[in-house]
Amino acid sequence: MSVLRKCSGILIMAAATLFAASATIAAEYDDGLSNGYYQKLKGKKVAFVPITMGFDLTQGWYAAMKRQADELGYEIIVRDPNWSIDAGAQALSQLIDEKPDILIFHAIDMQAYNKLIKKAVDAGINVIQINLKSPNNGDAYVGGDWYRSSAMEADELIRLCSTEHGKNGKVAIIQGVPTGPANQIGQMAIQDKLKGRKDITIVADQAADWDATKAHNVAATVLKQHPDLCGFIGNWDNEDVGAAAAVKEAGLQGKVAVVTHGGGQQQAGCDNIANGNFTSYVKWDVRGQARDLNDTIKLLLQTKPKPGSSPFALYTPLEILTKDNLRPNSCWTLDEIKAGG
Amino acid sequence: MNKPVPQELRTDAKVVARPRHPLLRLKALQFNQEKIVLAITIVLFAGFCLTLDQFATPGNLISLLQSVSILGVLGIGMSLVVIGRGIDLTMVTIMAISVGWVFNEINNGLPVGSAFALGFGLAVLIGILNGVLIAYVEIPAIFATLAMATFIYGLGHFALVDNDTIFVSDQLSLFKQLGAGYVGDVPASVIWAAVIALLVFLLLRFTKIGRFLYAMGDNPPAARIVGIPVRPMIVLQYTMSAIIAFVAGLLLTATVSSMNTRLANSTMIYDVILVVVIGGIGLSGGKGGVRNVIVGTLLIGTLVNGMTILDMSFTEQKIIKSLILLIAIVVDSLINPRDEQTAQQGDI
Repeated sequence: MSVLRKCSGILIMAAATLFAASATIAAEYDDGLSNGYYQKLKGKKVAFVPITMGFDLTQGWYAAMKRQADELGYEIIVRDPNWSIDAGAQALSQLIDEKPDILIFHAIDMQAYNKLIKKAVDAGINVIQINLKSPNNGDAYVGGDWYRSSAMEADELIRLCSTEHGKNGKVAIIQGVPTGPANQIGQMAIQDKLKGRKDITIVADQAADWDATKAHNVAATVLKQHPDLCGFIGNWDNEDVGAAAAVKEAGLQGKVAVVTHGGGQQQAGCDNIANGNFTSYVKWDVRGQARDLNDTIKLLLQTKPKPGSSPFALYTPLEILTKDNLRPNSCWTLDEIKAGG
Repeated sequence: MNKPVPQELRTDAKVVARPRHPLLRLKALQFNQEKIVLAITIVLFAGFCLTLDQFATPGNLISLLQSVSILGVLGIGMSLVVIGRGIDLTMVTIMAISVGWVFNEINNGLPVGSAFALGFGLAVLIGILNGVLIAYVEIPAIFATLAMATFIYGLGHFALVDNDTIFVSDQLSLFKQLGAGYVGDVPASVIWAAVIALLVFLLLRFTKIGRFLYAMGDNPPAARIVGIPVRPMIVLQYTMSAIIAFVAGLLLTATVSSMNTRLANSTMIYDVILVVVIGGIGLSGGKGGVRNVIVGTLLIGTLVNGMTILDMSFTEQKIIKSLILLIAIVVDSLINPRDEQTAQQGDI
């Protein structure tokens, strides 16, 4: 009797354990991919070397990447070189030695990290490039198409200022740092579009060093020379607020157009469109870029392709924003991205 | 100091001046650097007036003044320090970070008054710290302020501002009116620059502090022996330059509706030193005044304005700017050869 009781006790315990075990398995329902998805991402290491963490784009990307990394349990490492190419190259070399699963390059210059991309690929690390592509491909490029973005700006300027549209066609170009690659590619597009047109006259072509104060001074002088100017074409919203301020000071807001492009941050972009500072704005949305970046990370971590074997690109869709088509959610704030927007 | 210093108090007892060319002994023909730079400015100005249609219009001249007003204000602050034989490499960083912080906090919802008080307090604190490091810890000014500039920038981005560029919201209309409005046809920043220039001129000319600064710059050990409180004066000097940097930052922010804190990493501080030195305030201290800064600033303003109208490229502008500055320095050293005294005092 007692033996039977003991046996039944053991049996019940065994059954209970079995049931409990099957219950935990049942909680982790697998649709065939989901278990693998979580397992493959967990504990992985993704490293990011931005140009600097000090501006809207990198902060937006990082906020989104951090959110996803925390959710899915992989690690994200940032080394901030604060605009220094040397410090960036050093950080990247060190990271290549640490062998993360993915290394994200954000180059300030096409050539600066080109060799390091190859080094990382040779070391077996998957490489993502963001917003400026070097000649070496790595595994993925996520970011804007600088040439198309500036070309769209130029088209907007033609629409706003061409003599064929009843304007005088007088325009001024404000560049960033003339030797910078983002500036050079953009200028190529603007020149390709504007040069040789009879309906557009370029009356000034000046550099403002990516700095709003210099853009302001250049624009103020140009406006004094050509009070009948039809429009400015700039190269970055953060800089071109200066040109817009000069237009406003001269009492010419609404008469002189300011066309620029940027990442669609609320204060830099939409606020300035709403208050009339920018007439037309080509937006490559940082929210979209952040999502593309996160998706690329997930894709590479799951498929683990041989580094450099099948490179692909996700170019950010471009959108023209003006006062007329501005929506409350056309732009973003960092808090929104942090909160998952 | 203009007052002759007794021979035994001079740091360099043996003063040997190279004889001047007989023609140059005539007072009227004695050109100092300020006059040379002024002459170059006038020549350039006349040249632009004759060759460029739109140069000599009142509108363009006002825009010329406006474009250099902030540089001028910073130059005036720097001149206070340089006259007292110091140098303040933190000015642009103080301007960027303290004013950036003000608008960062306003954007985060802090009342406007408190934000301004915080930013001002930060600028003053950094100024005092600079002064203490130089006067009491006795670190050479160039190293102390160089290190401080990096520290302030780092601290600012670590703890004070969220972003490289801080935008000013449209609600601050009074601030914008004061900083970027117009009185008649004259932009507010030009008027503020003139007011600051006048105040510093009065300070240097008519107050004890001003005279002490010249004495300290001319001969620090002698200044100490005659009873000038040299160390507290150094602290005061850097505090004043920090406050002027803060004001320059407010003007800049009002003009372009944003503050680019990355200016701290730019070469702007060299432009500031340039307008001070080119105008004829020697880095060895004790010489010059507000007038020199104005002359230096006008030269840069005329040059940049004319070249922008000519639509010269960025690189061409840089070459011509540096060539003209070199010419000014070469002409000065030909006409006023260095004697042992100035050579010993050194230009850093």
